[in-house]
Amino acid sequence: MQLRSMHFKAGAARALANKTLQSNLRKFGAAGLALLRARAVEEYGVEAFETLRTAGAEIRDRALAMLDAYLERFEREATQRGATVLFAESGVEACDLVLEICRRHGIKKAIKSKSMLSEEASVNEALIANAVQPIETDLGEYIIQLAEEPPSHIIAPAVHKSKNEVADLFQRSHRKPRKTDISQMTREAREALRPHFLSADLGISGGNFLIAETGSGVIVTNEGNGRMVTTLPRVHVCITGIEKVIPTLDDFATLNRLLSRSATGQSVENYISVFTGPRRAGDADGPEHLYFILVDGGRTRLIGTDMEDMLRCIRCGACMNHCPVYKTVGGHAYGWVYPGPMGAVLTPSYVGLENALDLPQAATLCNQCGVVCPVRIPLPELLRKLREKQVERGLRPKSEMRGLRVWSWVAQRPRLYALAARWGARCLWLLGGTARRIRRLPFGKSWTLARDFPAPQGATFRDLYRKRLRDAPK
Amino acid sequence: MRVGLFVTCLVDLMRPSIGFAAVKLLEAAGCEVYVPPTQTCCGQPGYNSGERKSARALAEKVLAEFEACDYLVAPSGSCSGMIRTHYPDLFHGEAFMLDRVRRLGSRTYELTDFLASVAKIERVPGKYAGSVTYHDACAGLRELGVKRQPRELLRKVGGLLLKEMPECEQCCGFGGTFSIKFGDVSAAIADRKCETIEASGASAVVLGDLGCMLNIEGRLRRRGNEHTKVLHVAEVLAGETGD
Repeated sequence: MQLRSMHFKAGAARALANKTLQSNLRKFGAAGLALLRARAVEEYGVEAFETLRTAGAEIRDRALAMLDAYLERFEREATQRGATVLFAESGVEACDLVLEICRRHGIKKAIKSKSMLSEEASVNEALIANAVQPIETDLGEYIIQLAEEPPSHIIAPAVHKSKNEVADLFQRSHRKPRKTDISQMTREAREALRPHFLSADLGISGGNFLIAETGSGVIVTNEGNGRMVTTLPRVHVCITGIEKVIPTLDDFATLNRLLSRSATGQSVENYISVFTGPRRAGDADGPEHLYFILVDGGRTRLIGTDMEDMLRCIRCGACMNHCPVYKTVGGHAYGWVYPGPMGAVLTPSYVGLENALDLPQAATLCNQCGVVCPVRIPLPELLRKLREKQVERGLRPKSEMRGLRVWSWVAQRPRLYALAARWGARCLWLLGGTARRIRRLPFGKSWTLARDFPAPQGATFRDLYRKRLRDAPK
Repeated sequence: MRVGLFVTCLVDLMRPSIGFAAVKLLEAAGCEVYVPPTQTCCGQPGYNSGERKSARALAEKVLAEFEACDYLVAPSGSCSGMIRTHYPDLFHGEAFMLDRVRRLGSRTYELTDFLASVAKIERVPGKYAGSVTYHDACAGLRELGVKRQPRELLRKVGGLLLKEMPECEQCCGFGGTFSIKFGDVSAAIADRKCETIEASGASAVVLGDLGCMLNIEGRLRRRGNEHTKVLHVAEVLAGETGD
């Protein structure tokens, strides 16, 4: 996926000016996934869910602490069961491996279920450039593929689109009468996809988890497309990040209780597909060849750093569903595969701090993300650490650094500070006029673009308090 | 007990009435109030901007000013959250200093938390004729667990009717320097907060952090809402709302 993470501000401004998007985001915010999660957590028991979060974080930490060992175990178990395990250091390498598989098996068409890693690696673009047709089969992914747009949410990739926009898109792409009834629209999409399912030679899926003890891949979906992708074509490629490996199936059971509730508020997803090896003699279905492409893509660089906690992420999307910034500007503004708080940590970590300067700053640090994260990733702390790294590497504007240092220097000198505060309170008071508010701040114009600045009361507390103590009867 | 009032830089500069309301409440609760005259800022702007050095210097200053008090109380969840939950991070690996900031942190309270949980105040001086809705500012709520305390206290205010609004725990979009760096996004988030405040039908929105108050009031007025008051919980509890 094209990297546009250096243009967050422009993207956010565009999103704020787009009335349709604002209305779509508003619907998403008001009755969206956050509400469903809250209900599911209540039903599960708020205390019990906290215990579950701790257990989930521990499993992920355990897996990451011995990532090499679990990956080797996974490779051994998967290979023994007839699968091929390949490792890629980068997205480019991952694409090369996919293309090599396509050549080996004479692939012309690939059906895909959702894979964020394939977005990271731009697999679709690589396939198209090599005369392999990729067809996204997750409904949301299908919609944005038709619209030629990147996803704006990791589990609801087309959440930025309204029903009417999709109706127009389907009418144009399917060349059928425009429909606005959702069940009719999904039926039409199914009918359009069905021939592709039956004619594709390759299925490409992501992987929610990799089970070390059995060498299995797991995907969880709600539409059933994932199951067809992993069983119908003669070749199946599961492409995912190396950090997705967990020790056991029991661990999956624990983590999936967290994943389904945190992502969509479901007690369990409609489909859980566990794929272990290719089709064996006597199996009713399944691919003849099963490949796992496990991609590093910057992940090992995070191990042993302040950002290591981020590798626990199980891609539920709860952080963005609860993020005031995401809910206001949507996912495209973040400019890469991962939006919201997790993206604001992952994007600079994977593509370089200097290529995503605004992202760590584009958060109010309200910690809604931190309290809902199913694996207790302290997202605001990680964002703050990234801000520290920006300062250390001199990546913040000089004016900002000067402002902060002057503020701090003065704040360490109480007499000077008192003088400055007295003067400041007086000036702002004067600017406030009779309306007691400032319509245009001389310093900090961006505050008053869409807000007034309430005028101060005119004197500082410390001056008034000192006066009160002095005047008090002894 | 001797309570050090950390008045906060914003209250000092913008709205001293909140500071006086806090003094009144603490005295009503039977505390001896001490206001260190050299206090300035807790260091949060630097800390949240990645400028640890300046944050650390200001943390040391706060430590020196308040260490001798039984408690440090601030009319702000954000500043007390900084002192209680983030100061230790600034002294990572310095055993002696870490011990001192942890001790101070354990005695640091947001004002309503202190009044309800430590001083266990029975009566509050304030009276308020009308309905208010309460906005849970982020740091107080999620760093310090300030949720029931202000509501318990507001129920003691004669004449006051508390009308809860939907999404009262949703961030108002202030976020300190975020409100300047991303002024447009910040104001758009505040807009949603204003909608829920207005939908509650309350005559005032009450909260415990001045930064968020400036953001909410600024956006309300720009939207043309001249009637909804934006009050600090200390002002309401102390009966210092300027009416």
